[in-house]
Amino acid sequence: MLSKKQARAFFLGGTLVTFLIFIGLTIYSFSKGNDQTNQENLTAEVVRGKEIWESNNCMGCHTLLGEGAYYAPELTKVVDRLNIRYDGNGEQVIKSILMSPSPWQINGRKMVAYGMTEQEASDVVAFFNWIGKIDLNGFDRVISPLAKEKINK
Amino acid sequence: MKYKSQKVAYWFFALSMLLLVLQITYGFIMGFARIGFDNLHEFIPFNTARAVHTNLLVVWLLSGFMGAAYYIIPEEAQRELVNVKLAYVQLISLALVGVIAIVGFHFNIWEGRKFLEIPRPLDYLVVVNVLLFLGLILTTLFKGKRQTTTALVLSMGLLFAALLYLPGMLPFDSQVTDSFFRWWVVHLWVEGVWELIMGGILSFLLIKLTGVDREVIEKWLYVIVGLTFLSGVLGTGHHYYYIGVNKIWLIVGGIFSALEPLAFLAMALFAVNMYRKGEKKHPNKLALYWTLGAAIVSFVGAGLLGFAHTLPQTNIYTHGTLVTAMHGHLAFWGAYGMIVLAIISYSLPNMTGRKLYDSSRGRMAFWLANIGMIGMTVAFGVAGVAQVYLERKFKMDFMLVQKEIAVHFVVLVLCATMFATGIVLYIIDFYKHGKPSDEALEIKE
Repeated sequence: MLSKKQARAFFLGGTLVTFLIFIGLTIYSFSKGNDQTNQENLTAEVVRGKEIWESNNCMGCHTLLGEGAYYAPELTKVVDRLNIRYDGNGEQVIKSILMSPSPWQINGRKMVAYGMTEQEASDVVAFFNWIGKIDLNGFDRVISPLAKEKINK
Repeated sequence: MKYKSQKVAYWFFALSMLLLVLQITYGFIMGFARIGFDNLHEFIPFNTARAVHTNLLVVWLLSGFMGAAYYIIPEEAQRELVNVKLAYVQLISLALVGVIAIVGFHFNIWEGRKFLEIPRPLDYLVVVNVLLFLGLILTTLFKGKRQTTTALVLSMGLLFAALLYLPGMLPFDSQVTDSFFRWWVVHLWVEGVWELIMGGILSFLLIKLTGVDREVIEKWLYVIVGLTFLSGVLGTGHHYYYIGVNKIWLIVGGIFSALEPLAFLAMALFAVNMYRKGEKKHPNKLALYWTLGAAIVSFVGAGLLGFAHTLPQTNIYTHGTLVTAMHGHLAFWGAYGMIVLAIISYSLPNMTGRKLYDSSRGRMAFWLANIGMIGMTVAFGVAGVAQVYLERKFKMDFMLVQKEIAVHFVVLVLCATMFATGIVLYIIDFYKHGKPSDEALEIKE
């Protein structure tokens, strides 16, 4: 029968081993050749867009990369989707929503009116464009307009 | 109660109860917004309500864990807390940080990173607060007459929880890297070190309530927390499937997160077996309800419902949908909410000397809260599965889908009302116990 000492060794040993593997895998997945985070295309505009995204807690309603609050639409590949719906004017539509002085309201659900400047809105769009080019291991196919077209055919 | 200083715990529990009521209130604001009654939008938009709801969850649970530690550690170490005044300073500063953060959320002051919305300057205050707490607990423990496994596991959980807060404070320009290390905090807290805290509290309660030999209980405690880390650390990978990192996490996360229910299953079997084995029939039935309830509901909520969408093949469709909310609610309630209510139910009569052990109001509170929460979980689940099919399989527009599933949120609000009624009854019971008193020292537990 298992003794208390053996049980403690199982706990401490197991924890140490799995934690070391975890650190190793973290280093592996961010190493050159394995990194697919689109880090190389980060621009000052994208970084500013991320700051605006965070300082307004956009994730408190929307989702991005599938993470957020499920109250407002997923915004990964949003430019592509809106381009299809608005004849290539996706970026302009996003900017006008962000710059609007009154709450954007679709199907009864309101978005806070942020009244952003042209520059701020462009930064957020640059951020969305950068997000849209990350390799998401197939998740983008589930939410992208290409899959939608395929289904319609 | 054996030591005067254990009374500090009462005030941490009282803060917990207050914050829980606020958390539920903001939950209702979100529930009503989802069925079209968004009348408070101008003052409390959804993102504010959401940040308040989740952050209050974290703070009321932390306050509960801290209260539990202030109650358990002196008893386990067999000495008074090293400094009671500093413990009250820590309580007040914790409440202040919480209040400032929540007020700030109403004025667009936050970091906007899911679960870690508290703005950076307040993060430093959190660190100071937690260091003070750990200092008091660890000094008491190591100056004490004995260092039991239960006390060590509980303290280790609290120490690691503090250390793991730090990766969340690292600044990153990339959303992907930011998210990657944010999960080091969030996942390794709730599916790692918080389970140590839960295990420590559970072990203390089982020793007190069942009378089973400490050696037996603590041996199994090691096995359970061992299983937790064995599966939970690499199980972090299930958050990395589709956020823009290497495919290796699909395999590693898939395998190890599929093993995560084992730790919760072990915890449930452990609690039920110890109860059956125990010869001591402690009169505090309510504490026993909440203790066994926590072990069983956490297995269903965290273990089974987590498993339901943890495999990459399923998660590719459920990632970023209400299915996550289904799992999240029952998991947090079972694993952490109920264990905090269990330690409160156990310690309150001991601190106040009023033995309201088996009141019908207390039993009603237990059943209403649990049935209400299960109903909420089912409502989230049905809404989530419908969302997955309509949006991800049939490619319907997000907002059209939301209109289709709004009816499930009517059910959610009704079940939440039942849940909230249970919590109100629990708090009435809490209030009826009165304040902690030194006279309780004389009374046998």
